[in-house]
Amino acid sequence: MNDFPWLTTLMVVPLVGSIVVAALPKAKPAAAKLVTLVVTAAVLVITVGMALQFDGSSAEPFQFVESHQWIPSFGISYSVGIDGIALVLIALAAVLVPVVVLAGWNDVDDSRGSVKGYFALILVLEALMIGVFASLDVFLFYVFFEVMLIPVYFLIGRYGGVQRSYAAVKFLIYSLVGGLFMLAAMIGLYVVSANATGTGTFDYLSLVGLDIDENTQKVLFLGFFLAFAIKAPLWPFHTWLPDAAAESKAGTSVLLIGVLDKVGTFGMIRYCLPIFPAASDFYAPFVIALALVGVFYGAYVALSQTDMKRLFAYSSMSHFGFIVLGIFVFTSTGQTGSVVYMVAHGLSTALLFLAGGFLWMRYHGSSQISDYAGVNKTAPVLSGFFLVGALASLALPGLLSFVGEFLVLIGTFQRYMWVGAIATLGIVITAAYVLRLYQRSMTGPLKPELEGLRDIGVRERVALAPVAALVIVLGLFPAPLLNVINPAVDRVMTSIGATDPSPTVVGAPAEGTNP
Amino acid sequence: MIALATTLSAPAADVSTFTLPSINYYAIAPILILFGAAVVSVLVEAFVPRAARRPVQLVLVIGSLLAALIVVIDLRGTRLVTGDGAIAVDGVTLILWGTLLIVGLLGAMLFAERSLDPLGDAFAPKASTLPGSEDEQRFTRLGHLQTEIWPFFLFALTGMLVFPAANDLLLIFVALEVMSLPLYLLVGMARRRRLLSQEAALKYFLLGAFSSAFFLYGAAMLYGYSGSLGLVDIANAVANKPGEGTLVAVGMALVIVGLLFKVSAVPFHQWTPDVYQGAPTPVTGFMGAAVKVAAFGALLRVLYVGLGGMRWDWEPVLWIIAAITMLVGAVIALTQTDVKRMLAYSSIAQAGFILMGVVSASAAGLQSSIFYLISYAFTTIGAFAVISMVRDASGEATHLSKWAGLGRRSPVVAATFTLFMLALTGIPLTSGFVAKFGVFAAALGSGLSWLVIIAVIASIIAAFFYIRVVVLMYFSEPTEDTASVVVPSAFTTIALAAGATVTLVLGIMPQPVLDLISQAGVFVR
Repeated sequence: MNDFPWLTTLMVVPLVGSIVVAALPKAKPAAAKLVTLVVTAAVLVITVGMALQFDGSSAEPFQFVESHQWIPSFGISYSVGIDGIALVLIALAAVLVPVVVLAGWNDVDDSRGSVKGYFALILVLEALMIGVFASLDVFLFYVFFEVMLIPVYFLIGRYGGVQRSYAAVKFLIYSLVGGLFMLAAMIGLYVVSANATGTGTFDYLSLVGLDIDENTQKVLFLGFFLAFAIKAPLWPFHTWLPDAAAESKAGTSVLLIGVLDKVGTFGMIRYCLPIFPAASDFYAPFVIALALVGVFYGAYVALSQTDMKRLFAYSSMSHFGFIVLGIFVFTSTGQTGSVVYMVAHGLSTALLFLAGGFLWMRYHGSSQISDYAGVNKTAPVLSGFFLVGALASLALPGLLSFVGEFLVLIGTFQRYMWVGAIATLGIVITAAYVLRLYQRSMTGPLKPELEGLRDIGVRERVALAPVAALVIVLGLFPAPLLNVINPAVDRVMTSIGATDPSPTVVGAPAEGTNP
Repeated sequence: MIALATTLSAPAADVSTFTLPSINYYAIAPILILFGAAVVSVLVEAFVPRAARRPVQLVLVIGSLLAALIVVIDLRGTRLVTGDGAIAVDGVTLILWGTLLIVGLLGAMLFAERSLDPLGDAFAPKASTLPGSEDEQRFTRLGHLQTEIWPFFLFALTGMLVFPAANDLLLIFVALEVMSLPLYLLVGMARRRRLLSQEAALKYFLLGAFSSAFFLYGAAMLYGYSGSLGLVDIANAVANKPGEGTLVAVGMALVIVGLLFKVSAVPFHQWTPDVYQGAPTPVTGFMGAAVKVAAFGALLRVLYVGLGGMRWDWEPVLWIIAAITMLVGAVIALTQTDVKRMLAYSSIAQAGFILMGVVSASAAGLQSSIFYLISYAFTTIGAFAVISMVRDASGEATHLSKWAGLGRRSPVVAATFTLFMLALTGIPLTSGFVAKFGVFAAALGSGLSWLVIIAVIASIIAAFFYIRVVVLMYFSEPTEDTASVVVPSAFTTIALAAGATVTLVLGIMPQPVLDLISQAGVFVR
């Protein structure tokens, strides 16, 4: 079974699905929804099948590798393959897409774009998300990275809120700017490889093996990092995110923040660190500073938000700060924590946005916090899911986010005690705005206007239950996740030549032990 | 090889002992076929009855282009210099010939379209009538349709074929004029907004004549310096006479100015927006695509073959011209409200990107420039095919406000135009991306990282206005001003489909074309 082209199948199935959906008659939106749900469920099943075949203790850096020549003139190939990090992120995408489809069943009507268009775009996006995590060729990665913008652009711009066009263009321009700098750096990398080996290549493993001059590394690193920092987004490249989140459908926001933004942090750990180890080391203090600013800036701005979508966006920004922090402290605990955090954040974002989305749909689309109070009186199940999401967001022990956040903080303490100490304070602010949000909107006396608000129905419960279950089950028992992530993180650590500080030097100034 | 040897040993022609040059007629058969067809086309206008002219002309044009194309394919692998060193037929020539002929075929499709305008076609019924005069109205009322565009078209294309093959400054000049004169006339022949069209033609003619003068003056100086007009002789003179720089430097500068004018590089771009806007859209599409290919072909040959030894002198100047061409084109395009003017400035910015490949002065630079030209030509002709279809009661609706909400009304056409815009932006999986990648890589390979960074910035600026059209088509509500898409005949449909197909195929599967270009190798000397 290991010769089976798992990853290509995972991309082809949703692509074919999107063509089928797009070809369906416009008058039958129900058929489009059903086909989409079946296809995304099939992708999930295939992903699970692949995950079961995945060998966590394999000596090979990547599994399920497929490689075919694409544009040999430029050393470009279609090669895909996954390590543990890519596996969990693909699994995250495969879980969240059917959830979003089910949750967004009635989100779009024919008033603006067509219903089938929305679902076809989601399927295209799913194929591209899987491709971007599975690429083993830097060029192929870039292609997925850029082409992904187009479906998201239309998802925001066609199906979003009042300011959708502005938000879509802002998103696109920010991403294109980052992408073009990455393109320049990528071509630079190609030229470097051509000078080193005679023939240029984009093959990931060959590039990792290159010995690049340190000054060149510093320049090329910036090109890649800028693109990823905009994508993630890291402070100060974040301003597109609140607009995009506020104007999107809840489902689009989930895919955008929950999965797509992970491409940024994934890119850092997959490309920036192993290909440019010296530059990563050089820039690490700056990146850590940006991450810390992001943690506090995001949390602080979230405190003052009156709109839930914007609050979630800023809160995500704060969480991305933690993820980036974990990556750039160069400890295996920190990096493992970051990857776990990526998954956890995707799941908790899905709960918050989707439960929130159900609420907003029930009260003429408003996501203003002040419009709601005492919702748990009339819609207890909805507010229950919302609470799980909120608690996951503030990393309550026992939930998956806690595992991620805790590991990131431990990893940080191992290397830079003071940074760890400062970052820990961020958790306090997070607790403040999350709990205040829940208290104001869900508890207290019911607002009279909300009288008769229906609780969520079967479809909505079915959509949210698996996500909540994953947050809790993996929070209590994270071993399966850690088992696949750890070997991959160890490989990243080896390729950057970093070793974990030994625990006995806790008392000594840990900053001195540069990797 | 024999031809090459005679070229190198041939003394400068002496008038008293003038001997006929030996010519390999088959190698230049594509030129001769088109030239013959152009002459026949004039005779058709003179002798064939009016009603029969269109079918006869169409058969003649399409037949001759196909015949020339077949000869080009048969010539593959040819690498020789003929006509006493005046014409070089090598891989580069053949690829550009093939591109020009196919683009010419698509251009002919746009020229032949008669279903879009309720009054007939895109051309004035009688170009000599005064705009707004009684005569004009009478001819329009009579439903008069002219076919004189065809000889012009064939002559222009003949000139374009000679242009990149010419290995001699005098022949380059002749090609330049044979190409340009019919184009000046075609630009002035629009059926609608005739004053704009005639103004454009006059501007194009005056500035074009001016630039021809520059070129000729420069050619004379190079002759004075080297005693010959042949590019190879000039190259030998440059190699053998170090230290006598002034004459060759001035001559070189003037020759390059003349060519840069044709590719509309800044600061020689002033004519471009007016001409693109004023010309009938089929002419704009054909010209925008084919002139770029032909003129860049000639520029590449002059720089690489004739002035290769002077590269230390022309490189820094052209670096700067490439940089400002990209930036100026992209920035000014931002403020445009007319789609044809916007594409004119976009063509300037794109010329800057191609120049970046040219100034890389390497095999990679040559090959990436050629790929860029091919991909740009097809995208351009497709884009103008779309523009010719978007109309309202007054003709083509080129003002951008009339494109608002077009995606709602005509999803397929809007999607096709979006594809072209994405290709011009350089989004992956379109030909524009592979093209941009090629020139960026070539420039970086030649150590021009600063130029690549400027190109990235220009690309970002350019993305704004390309995407703006997409935003307008999809995210704005249609208003009562919104134009509608007229269903064209098979002619425009073929051009549009071919443009879109090539844009996609070169984006996804560029390898065969890249192989073709790399087999073409470098210029024959």
